[in-house]
Amino acid sequence: MLKDITIGQFFPGNSLLHKLDPRFKIIITGIFIAMLFAAQTFTALIPGVVFMIIGYAASKIPFSLMIKSLKPIIPIIIFTSILNLFFLDGIVIFKLWIIKITYDGVTYTGMMIIRIIALIAGSSLLTYTTSPIALTDAIESLLSPLKKIKFPVHELAMMMSIALRFIPTLIEETDKIMSAQKARGADMESGGLIHRAKALTPILVPLFVSAFSRAMELATAMECRCYRGGEGRTRLKQLSSSARDYLTTSFSLIFLNMVFLLNVYMAG
Amino acid sequence: MTAVKTENLTYTYGIGTPFEKTAVNDVNLEIEQGELVGIIGHTGSGKSTLIQHLNGLLKPTSGRILIDGADIWDKSANRRDVRFKVGLVFQYPEYQIFEDTVEKDIAFGPKNMGLSDDEIKKRVIETAEIVGLSPEILTKSPFELSGGQKRRVAIAGVMAMEPSVLILDEPVAGLDPRGREKILAQIKTYHAKKNATVLLISHSMEDVARYASKILVMNEGSVYCYEDTPIVFSKAEELAKMGLSVPQITKVFLKLKERGFDVRTDIYTIDFAIKKLLEMKN
Ligand SMILES: Nc1ncnc2c1ncn2[C@@H]1O[C@H](COP(=O)(O)OP(=O)(O)OP(=O)(O)O)[C@@H](O)[C@H]1O
Ligand SMILES: [Mg+2]
Repeated sequence: MLKDITIGQFFPGNSLLHKLDPRFKIIITGIFIAMLFAAQTFTALIPGVVFMIIGYAASKIPFSLMIKSLKPIIPIIIFTSILNLFFLDGIVIFKLWIIKITYDGVTYTGMMIIRIIALIAGSSLLTYTTSPIALTDAIESLLSPLKKIKFPVHELAMMMSIALRFIPTLIEETDKIMSAQKARGADMESGGLIHRAKALTPILVPLFVSAFSRAMELATAMECRCYRGGEGRTRLKQLSSSARDYLTTSFSLIFLNMVFLLNVYMAG
Repeated sequence: MTAVKTENLTYTYGIGTPFEKTAVNDVNLEIEQGELVGIIGHTGSGKSTLIQHLNGLLKPTSGRILIDGADIWDKSANRRDVRFKVGLVFQYPEYQIFEDTVEKDIAFGPKNMGLSDDEIKKRVIETAEIVGLSPEILTKSPFELSGGQKRRVAIAGVMAMEPSVLILDEPVAGLDPRGREKILAQIKTYHAKKNATVLLISHSMEDVARYASKILVMNEGSVYCYEDTPIVFSKAEELAKMGLSVPQITKVFLKLKERGFDVRTDIYTIDFAIKKLLEMKN
């Protein structure tokens, strides 16, 4: 079911990760991604993976949830692995007709699989432990220097928070419409591609109708409350950073340094 | 004959997530063919979850559902056929409308059944009449209609499949009193005309009292009771404990009894109340 998609979902909680300042969480996620991509060898990937595992432990998010979040990306992993495995040049270790597998191909593919999995699982932690509102507030705050060059930071953040806010609503709505049409005998599981595409009409039309009417209602509601953009707006919840945030960021920087050191030592 | 039967039906939402919730818990029901059942229960008591099992939209976590004696999750069973037999009208069904004319939208269900064009046409006209849509509305776009009219189009869309079991989830929620009255009467018409089994979820005790022959009371995912209407409403105190009420006229009689008058307490419609009061006077 559509409800099983957990990427981008927020799980309220009270762990260390939930309490961190969302701005720092974004920065730390950036550092974490750097750890994965700076690594040039298997050993250099270890700090990134360990960092992710520590993150899960500190977030108290069940491990099963992480596995679930990885399910949708399995086809992507398989597809890119096959491409990499068979089409990279290097020292050949296996050859059959025109298919050849190289040593470089195997190592590169292995590293890529670990990278993708760690990337998705690790960065999901950001959305698992941060409410969408906190997340967009943090983005707005981090991007605020761009206001100087007249970049509409507030508007961008507002659009993002509205979009994020409505993802679950739209998923729920789609589920509801699908059920209603199935109850009228709509057949969405069988038939060829064209038949299936046609079978989407009874779902897409009501979905668009309701999305547009929701958008209109929201716009009216915002205007009724005199919403006038970011100029002079104050916040109910102020973002504030503490020693905890600086310490965690330093901790992640140490891990990033380890990656660089491992790169150098393993190569040398 | 038993039209709908459930055996130890249990359903849990979000198994393995922090939001795990057992919405329907060990429900055993036997609903006779031709009954008009009112389903009542506190908000969140599992009414909507229960009825989505009866046409195979939700698969029970455990337990069985039998329609006309056949298990709908049996390997040989065809769930699509079950959906034509058990028609389900969701809450606020107008969101399901998608065709560019009312006629085509009502015809969606019958078309999926693979009926002939003549038969479809016949059913569209017949159900439009039952729900009180005039013939000139049929060629209009459903999106131009009023909320109440849209609701009727949606209900007609399910009725046109001529299900032998018709289930409606709060079909009159959010309508004005006259609109409510009309739609309930139309549901009753369908019930009588097709000799169908009808299950009606409602938050209005008055509506349930007037139309239902039996009442199913749900409480926290379980069946609290499934009895004839007068028996259920004579348990006013127990219902109140569950956050439910009884029809106003029943309350009047309960208060009369409290003050020492010798009156019956299983009275739940005004007509019947008048009759009884006049009998007492004479
Ligand atoms: N899609 C869902 N995912 C998770 N939990 C759900 C879902 N739908 C319902 N629930 C939960 O299951 C329980 C029963 O819900 P249900 O919708 O069946 O109640 P209801 O009796 O129809 O209530 P109402 O009178 O408000 O319509 C509720 O606690 C609800 O929070
Ligand atoms: Mg409900």
